[in-house]
Amino acid sequence: MTVLNYNCHERTKDPSMPAMSKYEPVIGFEVHVELCTATKIFCSCPTTFGSPPNTQVCPVCLGMPGVLPVLNRRAVEFALRTAMALNCNIPERCNFDRKNYYYPDLPKNYQISQNYACIGTGGWLDIETPAGTKRVRMNNVHLEEDAGKLIHPEDPGADYSLVDLNRAGTPLIEIVSEPDMSSAEDALAYMNTLKNLLEYLEVSDCKMQEGRLRFELNISVREAGTERLGTKVEVKNLNSMKTVLKCIEHETWRQTRLLEEGGRVMQETRLWDEAAGATRAMRSKEVANDYRYFPDPDLVEIHVTPEWRDAVRAHLPELQEAKRRRFIEEYGLPEYDARILTNSKPVASYYEAAVAAHPNPKALSNWMMTEVLRELNAREVEPADFALKPAGLAAIVRMIDEGRISGKIAKDVFAKAVESGRDPAEIVQAEGLVQVTDAGEVEKWVDEAIAENPDMVEKIRAGNTKTVQALVGQVMKKSRGKANPKIVNELIAAKLC
Amino acid sequence: MGQISEDQVRHVALLSRLELTEDDVRHFAHDLSSILGYVAKLDELDTSQIPPTSHSLRLENAFRDDEVGASLTNEQALANAPESEDGLFKVPPVIQDGGGA
Repeated sequence: MTVLNYNCHERTKDPSMPAMSKYEPVIGFEVHVELCTATKIFCSCPTTFGSPPNTQVCPVCLGMPGVLPVLNRRAVEFALRTAMALNCNIPERCNFDRKNYYYPDLPKNYQISQNYACIGTGGWLDIETPAGTKRVRMNNVHLEEDAGKLIHPEDPGADYSLVDLNRAGTPLIEIVSEPDMSSAEDALAYMNTLKNLLEYLEVSDCKMQEGRLRFELNISVREAGTERLGTKVEVKNLNSMKTVLKCIEHETWRQTRLLEEGGRVMQETRLWDEAAGATRAMRSKEVANDYRYFPDPDLVEIHVTPEWRDAVRAHLPELQEAKRRRFIEEYGLPEYDARILTNSKPVASYYEAAVAAHPNPKALSNWMMTEVLRELNAREVEPADFALKPAGLAAIVRMIDEGRISGKIAKDVFAKAVESGRDPAEIVQAEGLVQVTDAGEVEKWVDEAIAENPDMVEKIRAGNTKTVQALVGQVMKKSRGKANPKIVNELIAAKLC
Repeated sequence: MGQISEDQVRHVALLSRLELTEDDVRHFAHDLSSILGYVAKLDELDTSQIPPTSHSLRLENAFRDDEVGASLTNEQALANAPESEDGLFKVPPVIQDGGGA
């Protein structure tokens, strides 16, 4: 949910950097999304992340001879959802093709994918950029299976690689955009908007650190203001949004320099090298991409009947716009609050759970927009992993509303709960933070404060109302924040004014 | 149907990771050309009114529900592996260029 701020000019300028103004990047994305189905796309092995290697495998996903893949219906529905939300055309019929290549992460020596007839074609996604709304066109959305994971031994001299096939066969959708972006800011807006949409669609948990959401870039440069596309380069191995942005900056620079020096850009696939902060050509160039796609005879056609399509559309989860409108109507929130709270599905869900536990929508919204979002950003955690649960936040606001704690104490309780994961009500109880509303008890602190601050008392008697607040502050300090401020004010007024 | 050239045979052999002798290349160019010539007989049929299909089954939408079933144990999974280490398949070294998925 963290919105990444990235300054494209923060890297030290290379002195050999040519004038950048003449060229602009042209950027498109291929995005791989692992779907959050319980099982793989063609067999009933689970898709859990982080299990011991080669324990979520069966003859189908190991590519043993004579096995038959059987398609997971939910994977198709998740792909349909995504294609619909991206405004794609949904052809009535599509099928799977085999993409043939030899690499040990694919035990069958082919990947089952869609090449000739995809689940969705065309479409678009609107993104908000500093220059206004921009429409990024889609080329297609298609379904395929993920490959396994290769592990390269740490020892650089090791003459072998290791393979874990747990991930092989996890359902993936690939979202292919047209090259409609022309800056790192556009690219960042696209990545954030798409991730947000996928979370709203509930088709993937989008955890980039677990490889659930992976961005591949294609990028070329052209003279700013011209229409003709330059030769594009594809870049793989981009593990975070930040890396994508660094890569855009680097490739724009590299390609611009090549052209300025009279060279030309080679059409090729490059790899991002994080240590070098640069891309490099893939070494397996000698085998040109020749995948010999052909329809997979083991899988029958998918027929998306109009009834099925309508049913999937009718059951789309509530998307951002609808949720924003509902927050305004149902909770009476200002537009501003509703927009911030719905900017991220996990944040919106956290908020709704808190409101369900204590129906004070506006107070909870205030806490969300200030305290909670600040801590989530600072700690770089997802709401689901936040130490303070929605019920805990609700409890804090309830204690304020019931007059049990002051706003000031509530902030301290919040900080303690976030730090320790303890229950806020328990913190208040254990540390004796309950607000004191007994006038007799409060009066003792007031009398003490009056006795200890004769100069303030004099000013108040002379009519200086500002000093009243200073004296209230003294009383609050004495009570360690527990005195009810309203009662303190009343007592001071009665005694001195 | 056109003839298969010796260069095409070498290209396909490379893609299939097959090592062929020059003799093999000549033979396959000849044999594959005859096979294509034989299959080309089908071109005589008028299929302009027949929708393309990838198999002969009159089936569509063969699905399974998203329910977890049994997987193999790690020992079973690795039983046929020529080499393994720490529960992983051990293979000849691959350069770190990433797969195709």
